[in-house]
Amino acid sequence: MTDVIETTGSSPDPRATDTRDRGGPAQPMLIVENIKKYFPIRAGLLNKKVAEVKAVDDISFYVLKGETLGIVGESGCGKSTLARLLMYLIDKDEGHLILDGDPVGEKTGTSLDGLRRSLQMVFQDSYSSLNPRLPIENSIAYGPKVQGATAKSAKEQARALLEKVGLKADRFGQRYPHELSGGQKQRVNIARALALDPRLLILDEAVSALDKSVEAQVLNLLGELKEQLNLTYIFISHDLHVVKYISDRVLVMYLGQVVEIGPVDKIYENPLHPYTQALLACRLSMDPDERVDSAPLAGDPPNPVNPPSGCRFHTRCPFAEEVCMSKAPSLGDALRADASEHLAACHMVHAGSGHSKAPNPDTRQLPLWQQGEMR
Amino acid sequence: MNEMRSPDLSLVEAQSETPEAYVKVKDLEVRFVSREATVKAVNGVSFELKKGEVLCVIGESGSGKSVMMRSLLQLHAKKRTRMTGEMRVGEHDIMKVTEKQMSELRGSTISMIFQEPMTALDPLYTIGDQIAETVMRHERVDRDAGWKRALELLELVRVPSPERRLKAYPHELSGGLRQRAMIAVALSCRPSLLLADEPTTALDASVQIQVLVLLRKLQREMGMSMIFVTHDLGVAAQIADKVAVMYAGRIIEYGNARDVLMHPEHPYTRAMLSSTIKDQDRSAPLDTIAGTPPDLRALPDGCSFAPRCKYAGPECLAAMPDPISDGRGHMARCSKVRVMGGLLMFDEAMARPSTDLLSA
Amino acid sequence: MTDIPAGSLPVDKSQSVPSTKVRGYWGSVWNRLRYDYVTLFCMALIAAIVLAAIFAPWLSPMDPEKSSMANRLRPIGHAKFGLGTDEQGRDMISRLLWGGRVSLLMGIVPVFFATLIGGAFGIIAGYYGGKVNMVIMRTMDVFFAFPSVLLAVAIAGSLGGGIGNQMITLTVVLIPPLCRVAETATAQVRSLDFVDAARASGASTYSIITSHVLINVLSPVLVYSSTLVSISIILASGLSFLGLGVSPPTADWGLMLSTLRQSIYVQPLVAALPGVCILITSIAFNLVSDGLRQAMDVKA
Repeated sequence: MTDVIETTGSSPDPRATDTRDRGGPAQPMLIVENIKKYFPIRAGLLNKKVAEVKAVDDISFYVLKGETLGIVGESGCGKSTLARLLMYLIDKDEGHLILDGDPVGEKTGTSLDGLRRSLQMVFQDSYSSLNPRLPIENSIAYGPKVQGATAKSAKEQARALLEKVGLKADRFGQRYPHELSGGQKQRVNIARALALDPRLLILDEAVSALDKSVEAQVLNLLGELKEQLNLTYIFISHDLHVVKYISDRVLVMYLGQVVEIGPVDKIYENPLHPYTQALLACRLSMDPDERVDSAPLAGDPPNPVNPPSGCRFHTRCPFAEEVCMSKAPSLGDALRADASEHLAACHMVHAGSGHSKAPNPDTRQLPLWQQGEMR
Repeated sequence: MNEMRSPDLSLVEAQSETPEAYVKVKDLEVRFVSREATVKAVNGVSFELKKGEVLCVIGESGSGKSVMMRSLLQLHAKKRTRMTGEMRVGEHDIMKVTEKQMSELRGSTISMIFQEPMTALDPLYTIGDQIAETVMRHERVDRDAGWKRALELLELVRVPSPERRLKAYPHELSGGLRQRAMIAVALSCRPSLLLADEPTTALDASVQIQVLVLLRKLQREMGMSMIFVTHDLGVAAQIADKVAVMYAGRIIEYGNARDVLMHPEHPYTRAMLSSTIKDQDRSAPLDTIAGTPPDLRALPDGCSFAPRCKYAGPECLAAMPDPISDGRGHMARCSKVRVMGGLLMFDEAMARPSTDLLSA
Repeated sequence: MTDIPAGSLPVDKSQSVPSTKVRGYWGSVWNRLRYDYVTLFCMALIAAIVLAAIFAPWLSPMDPEKSSMANRLRPIGHAKFGLGTDEQGRDMISRLLWGGRVSLLMGIVPVFFATLIGGAFGIIAGYYGGKVNMVIMRTMDVFFAFPSVLLAVAIAGSLGGGIGNQMITLTVVLIPPLCRVAETATAQVRSLDFVDAARASGASTYSIITSHVLINVLSPVLVYSSTLVSISIILASGLSFLGLGVSPPTADWGLMLSTLRQSIYVQPLVAALPGVCILITSIAFNLVSDGLRQAMDVKA
């Protein structure tokens, strides 16, 4: 398989014939409700809990069928923890997951096993993403075997998947991970994730470690696979360019919380939250004449152990005021809002919040800065 | 606030053709030999760098950029490495110095910062200890002077609460602070040449831009030459004066940052630029460079990029094209590039129409 | 970019594969080992010692337990007794060959069982973590608190002498260090992404351990076991020396050292022979384990 897009003119629309679909097109593929995960920090002789890392703090959102939701954030924002929570690789403290209308892990609804068959993850290409002692064919065939396939049919599936991701099964099947380049290993990771025929793929920094031209190849591959297999993607990355290209909607995380969510064009053209604005300003131009002389955002992403009071961003925000330090802004109801809505957890956005730049609730006027004036 | 002055210029005089060149590399070849195979990591690299100039070496994995830079500090294992060619930094001939002389140079005249500060910094010693130790060893001062310098350096690299941070261990600092601490260690002896091996690749975007801005500022203030290896074109745009693009161990395009990044002439550079994701139209697939980089153990004759090049012809397979430069110092190694009107140009007329049109 | 006519050669769009042969992990280990002449020599040496021990009944010129007071303490190079005789007139060559059987058995068998048992505990402790880990590892720590020789003496002392008891003693002494090595290796592997991927496919713990964890943990454990063989031989010799192992007149290198002790001024070279055998065997195993570690440690 080459990097050429095959015309799909004559083949039937995979969406119309997907037999796994239960809830219909309007039902979100995944609803995440009030997810929380705090990691305890223990110290002392008796290992008592002295502090908590609020890695994921009450996050709610949904993912529509067939869309790509981009999740951006920097170190410490909790996006990797979120990915593992969704995959049930670590236990959540609170919250619910609803997969295609069925609650997960509760008495009625989908079991954990059912979740596993619908939701898979593509890991970041690192030395640890593939078992170094297994030929890549075996790594891919492991999932189907676990789910009951015979060794022979699992191997055939694995080889077919290798072809699907652009690696000739004869040439690559018996190779070991260390013999492959970064991009090739990532293709193997994708093949492994697809082995169980999932409907939703979580891609956790899946292209971040790759060279730029290889990144482009893998992104094209992901785009093709999404069409062919009727997939839904959650794409987690810190690279704003890639997220802009691949996502339909974007969710911005900071210190364990969602600070902004909305359609990708609205977020990139008119970011509402000061953090998003600063983050977008940190993108590097490829024109030497457009160099910056000072960084848009000072300081480091803070530690989620003791987040600041009120709005967690107020310590680095150029617009911070009294109200920001005392009251935490709310994102709004992310679960009931329409997918085309643009929400931000900032006092400047919500009328009557007490911030000087907030819109006036009576006149319904857009605050000045929201009318396109950005840092 | 600090006593940083421009380094002593009397070190600069070198016996090279261009009197201003502080770093001169000519026909550098680096091979790693093992029983199984010989890896031709660097295959004839030549460039010159003036004092106070920043060169960005761009390339992907396997291009040889890191190997080339580490050769300047003789960091490769002697047993397995064969190096030929010429390397001069200031008045020092790197190919001929003894190991003792080299260890004098490392850290004082030529310094290096790495991608992973956690592995470059010793986890068992405080930041203050590590900076002070470098200073004490190279400048032969006592411990108090070393610590005083360490404090100055942390202020220089804009570490907040520097007195407190001096006593911290590397694992107690965040990624950005660790990177700054590593920069402080590297700058502690006022090097004339700073080598940087993808120091911002592992950092968040907001921290990356802080570090880049800081590095440029320090480089200007201290008049250091800098060689910066990266695979990110945006990083190059941010700090480079000159850009070199490497592929399969050779520099295939070289020139001012503006020339190479805004008017690239080599097909590989152009393909790299167009496949870098930046505001492309979502509905179309991305331009990619088809195929994979060549195996350095079995490099074929001819232009190494030819198998993946849209414009390759039989003459490209015969021999590696010679470098062609224009008056502005813009160079490319491609059989279809020539100088027209004083400027380097990819010549459309030289590319023959194909009988087997495969579009990417 | 203007529309430039393409070149005349087809573009190679395929994913290239490295030019080296396909070689599995063990294949690449052997590939590294075969140039390590020291290790190869020691492996041959061990093979020779093992073969000599196996074929002792046929190789030994005389009955190792036949004593002859007239021929006590003959020197090395004697016409009838190649390596001399011990303090009871028994032929040294025969006794060394037969003694080798016991000593090698004492080296290998306890290590084998300790690897199985200690390894199993270590893998379970390393994989599950938490309370399971605490229970297993703290129990092992109790044994660790004692120096291995003292522990061996204490256990052997309470169990009594004899080959079987000696093997049990040594096995118990060797379980804690093997458990610890296995636990560390497993805990490291456990944190790698591919284990998470295996969990995400719904695999049972048993399946993950056997398919993914074991092969990665095998090499460090194997290397460590090979270092323990020489320790086990020495410990066994020590126990025999103290009279806590096999009983006379059975030939055993440690016991021979003990009984020849008084004769050290009469025939020092003969008295040293069993010690030399222990030394050579231990060094050979040590060097092989070093070589194995170097060959197996590399990622590729």
